[in-house]
Amino acid sequence: MTFTRRQAIATGTGFAVALALPLPARAALEDTIAEFTAGAAVGEGGITLTAPEIAENGNTVPVEVDAPGAVAVMLLASGNPSPDVCTFSFGSLAGAQRASTRIRLAGTQDVIAIAKMGDGSFTRTQSTVKVTIGGCGG
Amino acid sequence: MAEGVRARVKAPATAAAGESVTIKTLISHPMESGQRKDGDGNPIPRAIINRFTCVFNGETVVDVMLEPAISTNPYFEFEATIPEAGDMVFTWYDDDGSVYEETKSIAIG
Repeated sequence: MTFTRRQAIATGTGFAVALALPLPARAALEDTIAEFTAGAAVGEGGITLTAPEIAENGNTVPVEVDAPGAVAVMLLASGNPSPDVCTFSFGSLAGAQRASTRIRLAGTQDVIAIAKMGDGSFTRTQSTVKVTIGGCGG
Repeated sequence: MAEGVRARVKAPATAAAGESVTIKTLISHPMESGQRKDGDGNPIPRAIINRFTCVFNGETVVDVMLEPAISTNPYFEFEATIPEAGDMVFTWYDDDGSVYEETKSIAIG
């Protein structure tokens, strides 16, 4: 099989696109985390993220976070066009540092929860959700 | 103002003093993400609720910043401590500047 010039260019462009795409998305995720933690080290444990293993419809995926002692919890979707999902700030009358909501996921990906604890430390957890139908239109 | 916005809140009418109660809220809103395109391929502009707060007698229970990744008709479930009788005020802030408010009175009993 011989490559024509046209095919070679098409293949090359395809590769370039495939390589370039995940990088900005990854950078956006890192930036968002750094903004929330102000560069502090992020530990593990003390936070629970409940999300379905398989979500048939990416338009409404129920998730729940529970982080006893947290003052704020940020939810992130690593594979969405924009990784931010929402940030819960718990006030003095919060009965428990627990909240649930429904989110959109563009495809199969990791959902990440990062909690800011009362003592200023950070902790994270993540959960992989398989999505059958993506929820970002497009 | 987005059309047909209706807030619904499920909160107990009474609670024991100091008790932690579960609150559920739902507001009908399209939460247009800004990622979708219409039939002609033009992007549909973003129009979402960007903030939700729940305040009881002036004290914050929860304050949520919403991004376009929150589903249509944003739903929240959380817990609130009820130290005394009073009013729980729920507020949703739309991208277009409108504010939707709902109040529930909770008595001690």
